[in-house]
This record gives sequence, C-alpha cells and structure tokens, in this order.
Amino acid sequence: MQLFSALTLLKEGLSGQRGWRAQWRSPEPKSSYDAVIVGGGGHGLGTAYYLAREHRLTRVAVLEKGWIGGGNTGRNTTIIRSNYLFDESAALYDHALKLWESLAQVLNYNVMFSPRGVMMLAHSVHDEQIIKRHVHANRCNGVDNEWLTPEEAKAFCPALNIEHNIRYPVLGAALQRRGGTARHDAVAWGYARAADSLGVDIIENCEVTGINRGADGAVDALETSRGLIRTRKVGVCAAGNTSVVMNKVGVRLPLESFPLQALVSEPLKPVLPCVVMSNGIHAYVSQSDKGELVIGAGTDAYTSYTQRGALHVSTHTLEAICELFPAFRRVQMLRNWGGIVDVTPDRSPIIAKTGVPGLYVNCGWGTGGFKATPGSAHVFAWTIARDEPHPINAPFTIERFRDGYLIDEAAAAAVAH
Amino acid sequence: MLLIECPYCGKRPELEFVYGGEAHIARPAAQMEVTPGQWAAYLYARSNERGVHAERWRHTRGCARFFNALRDTTTDQFLATYKIGAARPPAGPAQESP
Repeated sequence: MQLFSALTLLKEGLSGQRGWRAQWRSPEPKSSYDAVIVGGGGHGLGTAYYLAREHRLTRVAVLEKGWIGGGNTGRNTTIIRSNYLFDESAALYDHALKLWESLAQVLNYNVMFSPRGVMMLAHSVHDEQIIKRHVHANRCNGVDNEWLTPEEAKAFCPALNIEHNIRYPVLGAALQRRGGTARHDAVAWGYARAADSLGVDIIENCEVTGINRGADGAVDALETSRGLIRTRKVGVCAAGNTSVVMNKVGVRLPLESFPLQALVSEPLKPVLPCVVMSNGIHAYVSQSDKGELVIGAGTDAYTSYTQRGALHVSTHTLEAICELFPAFRRVQMLRNWGGIVDVTPDRSPIIAKTGVPGLYVNCGWGTGGFKATPGSAHVFAWTIARDEPHPINAPFTIERFRDGYLIDEAAAAAVAH
Repeated sequence: MLLIECPYCGKRPELEFVYGGEAHIARPAAQMEVTPGQWAAYLYARSNERGVHAERWRHTRGCARFFNALRDTTTDQFLATYKIGAARPPAGPAQESP
C-alpha cells in the first residue's frame, strides 16, 4: 500500500503527481474464499478489513452489486454519536465512537472525523424529561452527554432560534461533545484500500443471485452474476436489501425497508458549528466542510426500494429547519435523494448468526448505521471469524424478537433516530 | 405525491392515507398452542418484498376504512387496490393515470 503522508504529498507535488497508484485492485473473483462479505458499503468493507487484520483471514472477498460506497454509505448525513439510552446500545455505539477517534491514523486515510458536537433539542416538557433521562443514562455508562439551557445551546450554536414565540420553542438541549461527523465516502475508500492491502478481493458489479447449502445444511457457495464462488462463511451487510439476499436462502427477518431522504443546500460560509438534531420536530442538520447544509429527517411512510421519497416528507423537514434557523429560509437546496434503510421493530440492529450454519447477518441499522460503521464491522468480523458473537453484539440477535429481549431504542427515542 | 385509489372513494391524494404494513398476515388462531417462534413470526417477520408487495392502507382522512393494495416497491406504482377480505388479485398492469 502506498502510504499517504506529508512527505509523499510533497514528493508527488514536485514530480507532477505522476506516481499515484490505484488505491485498490479490481480483481476477478476467485473460485473460493475463506469468507465472503455481501455488500460493499462501510460495514461490509470494514468487516473484511477486520477479518484480515485482527483474525488473519486473508482469503476474503467483498461482493458489491454496484460500486463500493454507492448505497447508504454514500447517501447518509454522516452524523456520529453514541448517546443511546440502553446499556447494550451505548456499549455498541460507543465502541464505534472510540474506533472513529483513531480511524484516520489506523487506516492511514483521512476520514475527516470531526467531533464538533451533536446537540439534540428539547421542545416540550416531555422532550426535556426524556432527554435528561438519556443524559443521566449515558453518564452512568461512561458516555459523555450534558444538558444545556436554551441560552447555553445558543452560545454553542449561535444560529439557533431560541425565541419563545415559535411553534416548537427550544427548552434546552443535550450535547454530546465527542459526537460529530465524518467524510462518508472516505470511510468506504479507506477501509477498501486497507483491506485490499491485506489481500482482500473487492469485487464490484457482482450481484449475489443465490446462496447454496451443502448436505449438512451449512452455506457452501454463492451464486453470483460473475460465477459460482465457494465459501463456508458468508457475512451479509446488504442494508436495505438484506431481506432480498436472505430470502434467497429462505430466512425471513424482522425487517422492513424504507426510503430515508436527505438534502444538501448550496455551499455557505461557516454558519453551523455543530450537528443539531430534533426528534420532536423530526429534523437534523449539519454543515459539511464544503459549506453545504446537510439535512435529514425520519423515513418515508411506506416500504420502498426506490431510493427517492415523497416530496411532502422533505418539505416537512425543511419547514422545521427554517423555523429553528430563520436565517436558512432563503437558502436554496441543491440535491435531494433517498437511501433504503432496513428497520427492525425495536430500531436496534441485528449482528448475529442465523439459523443457517456459516451464514451471518449484520442489518437493521435503520436510519442510524453510518455512526456505527467501525464498531459494527469490528464485532461482526469477530462473529464471523469465531462463529460466536463478541460480548458487545451478543444481545443483538435475531432471537431477541422471539424471546422478548428487545433493545427498544424506538420507544426510547419515540421516533426514528 | 401519489394518487391512491380507495376502493370506496376513488382516487385521492396520498396525504389522506396511512400505510398499514404488509397484508395477509393472519393472527394465529389457536393462541394457547402457539410457540414463541410462531408469535415472533406473526408479529415481526416480514417478506419485505422488492417487487410486488401486498399491503394494507387506511383511508384515514376519508372514509376511514382499511383496504389492501398491490404496489411495486421498486417504482412505488400501485397495481391494484381491493377490499379487506378479498383474495389477493393477480399482479396485473398498473392502474391507469386519471
């Protein structure tokens, strides 16, 4: 791997930038692998990377039906935080946040992790109570989160409207200072480059069309649009299309796929120093390093695979943003798109073994998967390599829906999160 | 905004309707004999179809009645709507635009 450093940058600058090489190969699929990851987003590429680096599995392939990072990894609003209510979630998301903090150094790739703070607004007494409950629960779990008065919130984020005469006045906010954003594409590319250098084959334009099982019932091959690939371990990281992949082997999951929309504005001078979220009025906004406002909200109302969404849903989001930030009223939106997110009934992910030996699934991240990318990939690689869950993902089984051990972040947040 | 054909009221804008999830999932009849796995399958497992999906809708801001629909989840095009209790129709051509 060609390491990136100030020195190589200087050297290439002086020699006409002619020495840069492709960051990963584009190999033909081999006939067999020790493990195959289905889905080349951040979670899948990261899983392959940790399989190779921490578990010494080097005959690993990542199969991606489109191009890497072209699904939800390239479509999300890049928010990173770990202030979830329940112990299981806090452990999982904070594991990810700790990995984010050193990810650029570990991968030798600037993922532009920016812990600029994530502020979650309260607009009602109910919001205030539930957000304070989150703050206290987080602090018990060693996750930073603090309560701000409206004046403190405005001091941290001066563009915020804290007047009392708006429809949803700001009564206070929770602030996780370690939260922030990262460059989503760079996460996919950084993991791809690092995994490739450890021998992982990243195979794009390769769609899985069937999962074959041997006489013992275990996975023994994948049928793909680029031929049959033998393997005894398959990890599915297919996000919104997880049900489509798992239906090929007759596994029905507690998942529904919904479009989640996002928008970006024209670039502005720096105006928003942190991420601002509001569960109550269903909007979140941050400003990218290019200056664009990056805006998102909850999912659309009905299941769909269309990667777009209804106009009235994004209109609703923009109305909320304009009320909180009156200065943004005349800002023009440049792009609006959707990603397909797979949602579980309790809004917590599934990172687990399945009923089929050798088949593992990492799904159900709903609207909040990006923030978990490194942690999710790390514990999923462990699960695949050792055929048993890491202690952090042990509660995130499929069987929790049968046994009643839900990790009900849906009820905790009252909305998509 | 989609136009959705309520079987009772005709074509109305999407905002009048509320989505009700996958259709034709029957509650287990013999409740005392149902295993936890069967309950979980009834409550939570979904086909999450990429293609023609049978689903419930409710015309909440109209007649307030539930009905079923076939919709292609790759295009969001409605292929048919039909009354609760009726059998799922074959997935025919899409409804014509008004």
